[in-house]
Amino acid sequence: MEGHATAVDLRDVMIRFGEFTAIKSMDLTVGETEFVAVVGPTGCGKSTILNTVTGLLKPAAGDVRIFGKPLAGLNDQSGYMLQQEGLLPWKTAQDNVGLGLVFQGRSVEEARERARPWLAKVGLRGFEERYPHQLSGGQRKRVAMAQTLIMEPRIVLMDEPFSALDVHTRRLMHRILLDLWQADRRSLIFITHDLDEAITLADRVVVMSAGPASRMVGDVRITLPRPRDVSALQTTDEFVALYREIWSLLGAEVEKSYATQK
Amino acid sequence: MQRKSKIVLTQVEIVLALLLAWELGVRAGLIDSFFFPAPSALIARIKEWISTPDFWTDVGITLLETVLSFAVGIGIGTALGIWLGLSPFAADVVQPFIKMFNAIPRILLGPIFVIWFGLGLTSKVALGVTLVLFVAFFNTFQGVREVNPIVLANARLLRASKSALLRHVYLPSATTWILSSLRVSVGMAVMGAVVAEYLGSSAGLGHLIAQAEGVLDATGVFAGIVVLSVFVVALDAMVDRVERRLLVWRPSPAHES
Repeated sequence: MEGHATAVDLRDVMIRFGEFTAIKSMDLTVGETEFVAVVGPTGCGKSTILNTVTGLLKPAAGDVRIFGKPLAGLNDQSGYMLQQEGLLPWKTAQDNVGLGLVFQGRSVEEARERARPWLAKVGLRGFEERYPHQLSGGQRKRVAMAQTLIMEPRIVLMDEPFSALDVHTRRLMHRILLDLWQADRRSLIFITHDLDEAITLADRVVVMSAGPASRMVGDVRITLPRPRDVSALQTTDEFVALYREIWSLLGAEVEKSYATQK
Repeated sequence: MQRKSKIVLTQVEIVLALLLAWELGVRAGLIDSFFFPAPSALIARIKEWISTPDFWTDVGITLLETVLSFAVGIGIGTALGIWLGLSPFAADVVQPFIKMFNAIPRILLGPIFVIWFGLGLTSKVALGVTLVLFVAFFNTFQGVREVNPIVLANARLLRASKSALLRHVYLPSATTWILSSLRVSVGMAVMGAVVAEYLGSSAGLGHLIAQAEGVLDATGVFAGIVVLSVFVVALDAMVDRVERRLLVWRPSPAHES
């Protein structure tokens, strides 16, 4: 099923901020067409992993390889969707989607031309001329998603992109994301604290331990067949079994994380 | 809509009542017309002015001075604001000097500018610029500093170059601040021009008022003040339109009824 080539390869990666060790040791490989979700308790350094893959953070030890090559400087193969969307309030939806193209030096007209089909793909046809404040939270997320994906990154990084949305909107986002990914598979790393979300979307769920000095405590293959029906999936026996299996790893870490916060 | 017309109606009523009381007071001899000339006298004076070409030359000169000090002041202030906003080191170095210059009562620079640049246009524009510059500078500086960090991070992740960041993120962000201060800036530009004219010149609305004052002609001074107010209100309306055009992307205020 998954691609043969490895897109992201972290080996023995350690991340430190001064004296503070965020991640003690992390091994993570993500295939060229693989969807990997990373779950873990709050403060376990999930976002740190994405920053490392982007090249914003240099690991204190270990190797970061992107498509087999050691990462130097910023990763030019990756697209990063942040937890809070950073749309420019003074640009319309289509201009926001085409922003990366304009930054590449394309003309505004060309960027718009290419942005419109992407808005349609995320279900926002007819919203081209709206400004961010005229869109709902879920619609802004979709604009942000199109903004990241229009650049056609070979590695897509998403940092809890849907955590601020209500349950129904989140389901809708899952469906849109899965449809897009199914149509054009990329390497995708999806950070979340929501186990339901992780199992629903991913090929593999990686479980992190409570921070600081976080490490990987589990790597579970999600065998649910694709394409998946987002709304019916959660009640299947297979889903519940996977949920139990992963929760047996994650639950203890969440407890630990609560204990240290007290 | 109904509420709005009611507000306007009340405002007109207040003005009319005041003017009427004033006029009647003067006619009844309760108010000394030497100090407080009757509204009818002011209107007559303004009418008289309007019919002379000299008056329009004065208005034109003051307008030119205002526009020049406004444009130059905004230009320098914005450039300075962007530079210091993006360079914390330079900002820390320059900050005390800027505060010091801003602390100087600008009116006092008027005579110096007259000595430096003569009685003509330049000294008026120079005074206006020193007034407008700081408003524009502080607002641009703030605008650049207060760019939403998430928006900035996102633009960087989309591989925005430095110049692209400036053009698509920093400048638009600062523009909202500059625009919101535009009204103050216009007022400052007018003030700079008129005060400088008043201090020493051979033309302009400030000169007109200074002349009237020189012969203890209260009617002339009052009429000049009225003309100036109308002048500023007209400029203000233009600023309003520019602002609305440029800030279409902003959510409209909630209390609009």
